[in-house]
Amino acid sequence: MRLDCTVNGERHQVDGVWEGESLLYVLRERMGLPGSKNACEQGECGSCSVYLDGTLVCSCLVLAGQADGAEVVTVEGLAHAEHELHPIQEAFLAAGAVQCGFCTPGLIVATHDLLARNPAPSEPEIREALAGNLCRCTGYEKILDAVRSAAEARIP
Amino acid sequence: MSGAGASPARSPVREGIGESVDRPDGTLKVRGEFAYSSDLWADGMLWGTTLRSPHPYARIRSIDFAEALALRGVHAIQTHEDVPGRKTYGLELADQPVLAIDVVRYEGEPVAIVAADHPETARRAAELLRVDYEPLEPLVDMDQAVEADEPRLHEDGNVLRDIHVRHGDLEAARAEAELVVEGEYEIGMQDQAFLGPESGLAIPSEDGGVDLYVATQWLHVDLAQVAASLDLPLERVRITNAGVGGAFGGREDLSMQIHGCMLALHTGRPVKMVYTREESFFGHVHRHPARLRYEHGAARDGRLVYVTARIVLDGGAYASSSRAVCLNAATTAAGPYDCPNAELDSYVVYTNNPPCGAMRGFGAVQTCFAYEAQMDKLAAAAGLDPLELRRRNAMDTGTRLPTGQAIDGPAPVRQLLEELAEMPLPASRDGGAPDLRELPGGVSNTTHGEGIRRGVGYAVGFKNVGFSAGFDDYSTARVRLSMASGEPQVEVHTAACEVGQGAITVQAQIAREVLGVERVIVLPSDTQVGNAGSSSASRQTWFTGGAVRDACEAVAAALLSRADERLGGEPDELSPDLIAELIGDDAVEETREYRPRRTEALDENGQGDAHLAFCFAAHRAVVDVDVELGLVRVVEIATAQDVGRAINPVAVEGQVEGGIAQGLGLALMEEIQLSEGRLRNASFTDYLIPTILDMPPVRAAILELPQPEAPYGLNGIAEAPTIASTAAIVAAIRAASGRELTRVPVRPDDVVGLAAPVA
Repeated sequence: MRLDCTVNGERHQVDGVWEGESLLYVLRERMGLPGSKNACEQGECGSCSVYLDGTLVCSCLVLAGQADGAEVVTVEGLAHAEHELHPIQEAFLAAGAVQCGFCTPGLIVATHDLLARNPAPSEPEIREALAGNLCRCTGYEKILDAVRSAAEARIP
Repeated sequence: MSGAGASPARSPVREGIGESVDRPDGTLKVRGEFAYSSDLWADGMLWGTTLRSPHPYARIRSIDFAEALALRGVHAIQTHEDVPGRKTYGLELADQPVLAIDVVRYEGEPVAIVAADHPETARRAAELLRVDYEPLEPLVDMDQAVEADEPRLHEDGNVLRDIHVRHGDLEAARAEAELVVEGEYEIGMQDQAFLGPESGLAIPSEDGGVDLYVATQWLHVDLAQVAASLDLPLERVRITNAGVGGAFGGREDLSMQIHGCMLALHTGRPVKMVYTREESFFGHVHRHPARLRYEHGAARDGRLVYVTARIVLDGGAYASSSRAVCLNAATTAAGPYDCPNAELDSYVVYTNNPPCGAMRGFGAVQTCFAYEAQMDKLAAAAGLDPLELRRRNAMDTGTRLPTGQAIDGPAPVRQLLEELAEMPLPASRDGGAPDLRELPGGVSNTTHGEGIRRGVGYAVGFKNVGFSAGFDDYSTARVRLSMASGEPQVEVHTAACEVGQGAITVQAQIAREVLGVERVIVLPSDTQVGNAGSSSASRQTWFTGGAVRDACEAVAAALLSRADERLGGEPDELSPDLIAELIGDDAVEETREYRPRRTEALDENGQGDAHLAFCFAAHRAVVDVDVELGLVRVVEIATAQDVGRAINPVAVEGQVEGGIAQGLGLALMEEIQLSEGRLRNASFTDYLIPTILDMPPVRAAILELPQPEAPYGLNGIAEAPTIASTAAIVAAIRAASGRELTRVPVRPDDVVGLAAPVA
């Protein structure tokens, strides 16, 4: 089938998509956007988190066909310019919240969504918002630091 | 070699050792642009998949390929008959078939491999392979495997290794002891659960060889095994470490390496293999489940008189690194204590369960859970505070292990306990309306505070650093200093695998420190440079750090001899300008191997200096337990750990916190559920790892007591956080619930005292 959607502001038209493919597979294998990660492909780990028409979703649980005509934003589309980092990306790097980094893209997208909804989250609110993102390396302490510092950086 | 001492000053440099430094790969990782092994792509690439056994033990009567071969898009199907060279592989013993040869010994054992033009086509073809199995009665109980000769799973019997440490005079000690405590303990099978699935890309090359890009922990041991099975000379197999999404021991054994290369060489096309999460659970070794029986004897004042232990580890179907795990269990069995008499028996057996091998802590986790439970029992018997009992028995520099080995580096057990004792406890819950999110059960609304009891528990653990028992453990680094765009630039090339721990960061820091040059590039690690050993055993910063230091010092020495020739003497300072002048167009390159003191094998009484060095950490856990429902919330973990020297402090903290999270997982939730050899929970829906809601704040005291053997006085640090954290959490649950809790992970039923259901 043909898939027609907008990803990170660019229109993509992909032919030959098998109906069983997930949005994650199409992003990674057909659009050259492997930033969204394939850790569980079951919606448990959040590594594949993207925005689908403004809603945070696990792209492994979205059939590619469901994204037809939709607007998708992935981790690759968060920074405003080619060689810049989004402040959340800066915060993850500076806090030491990245080790192997496989969970990082999903956590950054989920944090982006949290701070858009709640610019000054409390610690329990951060924990609740990120409870769907598994990290096996960090023990989450530095991730909390990163989210707090990203939130602070946005408050004048 | 060392150029330190009389050498000229280096320019003060930013981001040298001791500073918290951002990861060089961090920018790519936060942007989603870092290439992990599962992200690779090549023109004309095929997808490989693996058909695995559905039975824990069976004979293969026949395989019918007809339907699978008829599927459009299928390019190759291969079995053991197509393995060009050695048909088995393994880290210590080559006992594991590349593809099953007439028999399968565990559920998930690879039987055939398929290459197709789409991953779904490959999976469907694998499903269409008709394998006629004759199921056999599996051997699944580790205790039975110690005794039973039937079924005999491997030629040399079912006991893969047994070690018997004999220390002092047990008979006399038994007569002398005034207090005796006994216990039996059990550890469930834990999974590394790294997030990046096993994956790689194999590309056939023009010379008839293959280029393999794979996520691994140890390039050269992969190389030796892959080349042997492909029947290729080493130089025609080139392996590059592709981006690794975590490892924790689970990538020390091969996964898709040989399979991917076989398919690529056969089809003449690049082949990519990416395991699903379900396959990943079958595709790597796990932490050994264990049963441990202990007896501790002590004087009335709590001082240890003897320890006996019988440890049985389930190695599963193949050897992997089980023999070394058995050694670690034997040598750590009495804990970080001064124990004058001991009989320690450690067995690892073959069963038809999934193969077990390396996971963070490597044999020391299992023993620590048991010996620390025993120390708490002994404290109760002696009427002593658990901290005080441990202080009285704490080992120190110079203390001899039951193996006769004297600890010659720091052994700061008392100091770590003091650090913990001085840390304030978290505030108790006040009487007001509780925030549900701070209670066991959370927003499931299972309690508003009734039935909640708080408990505090302590544990200390220790483990060896580096490979042991005479293994020739070393690392290699090649360092090149050249001019790039008018600036001095250092390139560091090693085969040390970056698995997320930050190996590349510390290599760059060390190069900056030695050469005083800011621009340092750590090249991708591959087999085009000498062996770096494994990214395991907490050894990589020490070993490869040592090799990088030595190679940089050799580069500095070469520069100085140029200075001597051209300037007629040694300069006072190796400034960037002078380096530029001395280098010009003529780069300096040096390669060095770093090899610390050799260890020795244990003799028949389990005696010998088997280990290079040791790392220590102590933990205090505070938990709230719902004693009616058996739910647990960990409130805080406090830890004290000696790290020798923190080369990159932020990374040290990351290792400490992350290691504790894995210890928490083993204490409370992580277990591969097996039933008659079948794995019942091969997904992240059913195998639970801690989330950000499960993980409490960590309060850490990092000590820096120089390790005399190591570069810069550093010590291996990555495993110590995972060893005693599990034991401390369970001790805290015992304190809150009053239950004995002899098994991890602790289940709600155990906490409320329900008997296990009868099968």
